[in-house]
Amino acid sequence: MSVETERSSTESSAVSGLDFEDTALTLTLRLPGSTSSSSSSSPDPDRKRASSDADPDHSPLTAAASSDAPPAPKARVVGWPPVRSYRKNALADVVGSSKAKQAAKFVKVAVDGAPYLRKVDLEAYAGYDQLLRALQDKFFSHFTIRKFADDERKLVDAVNGTEYVPTYEDKDGDWMLVGDVPWKMFVETCQRLRLMKSSEAVNLAPRAARLAFLKERGNFALLRFFT
Amino acid sequence: MGRGGSRAAPAAAAPPWHALPDEVWEHAFSFLPSASDRGAVAGSCHSWLRAERRSRRRLIVANCYAAAPRDAVERFPAVRAAEVKGKPHFADFGLVPPAWGAAAEPWVAAAADGWPLLEELSFKRMVVTDECLEMIAASFRNFQVLRLVSCEGFSTAGLAAIAAGCRNLRELDLQENEIEDCSIHWLSLFPESFTSLVTLNFSCLEGDVNITVLERLVTRCRNLKTLKLNNAIPLDKLASLVRKAPQIVELGTGRFSADYHPDLFAKLEAACAGCKSLRRLSGAWDAVPEYLPAFYCVCEGLTSLNLSYATVRGPELIKFISRCKNLQLLWVMDLIEDHGLAVVASSCNKLQELRVFPSAPFDAAEQVSLTERGLVDVSASCPMLESVLYFCRRMTNEALITIAKNRPNFTCFRLCIIEPHTPDYITHQPLDAGFSAIVESCKGLRRLSVSGLLTDRVFKSIGAHANRLEMLSIAFAGNSDLGLHYILSGCKSLKKLEIRDCPFGDKPLLANAAKLETMRSLWMSSCSLTLGPCQQLARKMPRLNVEVMNDPRRACPLDSLTDESPVETLYVYRTIAGPRSDTPAYVQIV
Repeated sequence: MSVETERSSTESSAVSGLDFEDTALTLTLRLPGSTSSSSSSSPDPDRKRASSDADPDHSPLTAAASSDAPPAPKARVVGWPPVRSYRKNALADVVGSSKAKQAAKFVKVAVDGAPYLRKVDLEAYAGYDQLLRALQDKFFSHFTIRKFADDERKLVDAVNGTEYVPTYEDKDGDWMLVGDVPWKMFVETCQRLRLMKSSEAVNLAPRAARLAFLKERGNFALLRFFT
Repeated sequence: MGRGGSRAAPAAAAPPWHALPDEVWEHAFSFLPSASDRGAVAGSCHSWLRAERRSRRRLIVANCYAAAPRDAVERFPAVRAAEVKGKPHFADFGLVPPAWGAAAEPWVAAAADGWPLLEELSFKRMVVTDECLEMIAASFRNFQVLRLVSCEGFSTAGLAAIAAGCRNLRELDLQENEIEDCSIHWLSLFPESFTSLVTLNFSCLEGDVNITVLERLVTRCRNLKTLKLNNAIPLDKLASLVRKAPQIVELGTGRFSADYHPDLFAKLEAACAGCKSLRRLSGAWDAVPEYLPAFYCVCEGLTSLNLSYATVRGPELIKFISRCKNLQLLWVMDLIEDHGLAVVASSCNKLQELRVFPSAPFDAAEQVSLTERGLVDVSASCPMLESVLYFCRRMTNEALITIAKNRPNFTCFRLCIIEPHTPDYITHQPLDAGFSAIVESCKGLRRLSVSGLLTDRVFKSIGAHANRLEMLSIAFAGNSDLGLHYILSGCKSLKKLEIRDCPFGDKPLLANAAKLETMRSLWMSSCSLTLGPCQQLARKMPRLNVEVMNDPRRACPLDSLTDESPVETLYVYRTIAGPRSDTPAYVQIV
């Protein structure tokens, strides 16, 4: 069923350059992207999704209102339903549902020259890029992340040009450069982080030497990744 | 009032009214209650403009980018209380990536220079650093009220600066902020001589506080009226704190969970019995319904009850609420269910505001029995109900029409049907008729959020009837550009429009460009916008900032994009400050 648009009295001639009859917009009573009024699985080509963690080819979420079957597992849309992050976190703790926060891993982060420590939850990030971006956000509003040829990462305070090298202390008490080991191993072994001024980081060995050191120390799991 | 000049009096004639000195006008304007009245007065003529701006005491900057901080401070030099809001509302739901902007620092710096007598500062959805807090503590010798709502960027170190530096602090109100814990005992930094606290709200603080210090603080601040604790305060300490502050009017209990002990119950009950002035109660009450009866003695006096973080359910919850006969504000979880709301309807006839939050918003399998029934019952029996926020999973047009008929006095109606595109579950029709009834009946409606399956028709009704509507939130609704056009060409009073995941394009924006300048802001994300028309809009309307935001993880620079490139997020707002200079890489002002 469709209804042709009519020029209502609310559309004045101030609608410059826009002639609704020309564009032949029609009102229809149907779900966008579907031909029936009940649940549909065809994707709507006009929709653009903001979802970052949603399944890329998931269909518009529709309620199977007329059926009694349990709802099909669906991809989560970012920011929907509109529950504040603060409330979501509080819920996760309190309700203790299966969506509750996994065990967090908070480590202290020290920045050379800053008077106090911050904490980050390593479990909240999926990889080094996300972690570095978060460090950037938390500490410096004008940071950029520079990736160098040999895959070393540095944070640069664009305001005064100071370079910082992210380092961490591992379970053995050694200070290592962030990024050498696979992410999961890093999360497991990292005890705390320190953003060291580049000028002080000269004593850190170049990558090849660091990897050799790790191998020697018996991080055999590493061998899988670097052989 | 004399018309000046025409009747000569024997003694010196009184000056004509339009030549009265500024001080007279400033005094007259001090009686104007609202900022909009003052704004109207300021627009009348130059002398009133001058008099008004020099006597303005309270300034609300609803969009921190609408004006430059230094301009605002210069224009209103006598301000004693300022409130500044930053990020758009949808930032609450994670739709604004980090480092977007809304830094409080320029505002604090400008205030430090131009408003040395500033007493109150309030920031909402802004990035407030420890340096800001240090600056506040150092710059305003009579600073009294600090309110931070949904802010981030600071730590307990900043709070320490406030505690140590603000000798005359009356209110420290921290609502839903993300505060880093630096393990600093900031509470200890209130000097022993400090007794002026009236409001202390640190409910959002994760991490421990020194309870002995807190007790001493509470004991010596005899004017303390609002105390909202965080999760770190155990139940027995709560009881002793309450006993030390029997004059308390508002109490937030923090995480209220402990195994049932008759001793503890008695302690709590005795402490509450002493609180004759307690009117507002909140807290995260965790599965200990056995303790609720300890609060029975205060129920009668309660006007505000916020259990929206409490997972209490069942008969104890309902019995508790049914004793609160004077409630004006009730925030609960959907665990109250329809039958609980039926009890609310019959017991709480003075109810003005109801919010029902989802206990399991992402888990459709965990169904609670909260449906349209609950809202219908409350709307039928609570004649003063005017503000509703309701999360549920099903709705019918008939229910909405009934609600509209029962309660034409709604000023705020926000309905969130959790599953997008949900139709009327009985007729399978869109919910156009229901929401149309709401806007047609509730002539004073100022805020509306729609949800469920909706076509362009509902927007035609909203555009035509919602003449007082100031804020409209739309998600997963509409069919075509027409829907947006109806809104922008109608809704005479619209100030804020936020839209996500709707098939609206840019043609209605260009067609109604002038409308956008009468509004505070427009947010559109995941719609059908392209870059070219957004640039066109910006060129057409120089007093708007047209911000285009794309996925921060996308590498390609915005400069290389074509007119047809899709725009993920558009944020448009009127401003006299021109384009802002603190945009992150993923935001482009076109």
